[in-house]
Amino acid sequence: MVGIMSFPNTTIGKKVIMAISGVIWVGYLAMHMYGNLKIFGGATYFNHYAEGLRELGAPVFGHAHLLFVARIVFVGSIIAHVWAAITLNLRNKASRPVTYNQHQKLRASTATLTMIYGGVTIAVFIIYHLLHFTLGLLVHPDFDGQNAYHNVIVGFQSYAYIPAIIYLVALIALAFHLYHGTWSMFQTLGLNNKTYNNMIRSLAWAVAIVIPIGFAAVPLSVMFGILQ
Amino acid sequence: MKLHLKIWRQENKNSQGRFENYTLDDVSQDSSFLEMLDLLNEELTEKGDEPIAFDHDCREGICGMCSLVINGVAHGQNREPIKQVTVCQLHMRHFHDGETITIEPWRAQAFPALKDLIVDRTAFDIIIQAGGYVSVSTGGAAEASAIPVPKKDADVSMDAAACIGCGACVAACPNASAMLFTSAKITHLGILPQGQTERYQRVVDMVNAMDTAGFGGCTNMGECEAVCPKDISLDFIARMNGDLIKAALMGVS
Repeated sequence: MVGIMSFPNTTIGKKVIMAISGVIWVGYLAMHMYGNLKIFGGATYFNHYAEGLRELGAPVFGHAHLLFVARIVFVGSIIAHVWAAITLNLRNKASRPVTYNQHQKLRASTATLTMIYGGVTIAVFIIYHLLHFTLGLLVHPDFDGQNAYHNVIVGFQSYAYIPAIIYLVALIALAFHLYHGTWSMFQTLGLNNKTYNNMIRSLAWAVAIVIPIGFAAVPLSVMFGILQ
Repeated sequence: MKLHLKIWRQENKNSQGRFENYTLDDVSQDSSFLEMLDLLNEELTEKGDEPIAFDHDCREGICGMCSLVINGVAHGQNREPIKQVTVCQLHMRHFHDGETITIEPWRAQAFPALKDLIVDRTAFDIIIQAGGYVSVSTGGAAEASAIPVPKKDADVSMDAAACIGCGACVAACPNASAMLFTSAKITHLGILPQGQTERYQRVVDMVNAMDTAGFGGCTNMGECEAVCPKDISLDFIARMNGDLIKAALMGVS
């Protein structure tokens, strides 16, 4: 390793990339979840918010400019996150060519052992989600680019609520991923030790519960007729 | 007590290994696990068979030579209340009569199998050589208390230095990662005033040696900490990560 440029060649460097891109996404998810809850304020209020995203940073930034920058950061982060995950996973598999006949797990939690599966689930979900609510292609029965409120309600109600159920399953995967990911982020960045461990574990619980529940509120409300 | 043993046999590093089944009678409950294997080897030798090769030396839990995965657990120490012991300190009273016990070597790309239950742990020596030293002025012996060391740091350093380098962390890690070992070696020098001179160079060199040896990455599962006979903490891995980030930002090469 020679300084920062070759840092990603090390196993720890790849983990740091995962941690930093992960924390960017935790921040994004928190904002996204907060924004979603505005749907409970009614169609006008929600559509105004959806349109307002394009005016983010105005008057300093022009129409949809800051949104474009944000998209680059989020897409770049997720590409880096997935790249680090795949390269590390391949390396980890290669580091034990002959496997054990018996191998007990003493400490590892379900969240820890399912990180890669949760990650794949979330990646597939993101593609579905973009087709569903951003692009309005293939999987949305009646997409209207000017009416986000309508898209959400109809999108969840259609096909016998199957889209809403897909969202809820993805959110369960997200909860597990966030629990181990949040704690791991501190560990990987060298910010964890015995003094703060319980505090960081509690924070991981809070992130893993609050964000998915906030997201789940919308499809659940559509399913139970609270939003229509 | 009577035991059924399923043991990994391998002629040499180039041959394909396989499990062999053995039955052993009249094992004393008071014998240690390694004494039980000695008994089996005596029987095998008397029959004219090749005895089972396994690493061992001090038999008091400090040398780090013994290295068996017993029923899927490195050092076989998951039997309450037995914690933090090496195989040599594990006794047969923790097993029951008629039990089938599976015994395997450490398994990792970086620890190639040599014979039966013995693996080559040279990779650990290479990591130590890469940065496990401090610079001192030569000449007359210095006054022992010339350099003040905070008690807290001295304690952490001693906790890290307790690592005996047995490799159970690698054996237990689902990724065969050596982060717990490497971080303990980095911390026990890097936290003391005497270890500051090479602090950032040390972390870069030892992490490079670790990666080059073919160990996996850390996924923060804690399996290593759970089997460590010397109770080495995951905190040291966090510290190593932090030091490597600083080294990268400082442009250490």
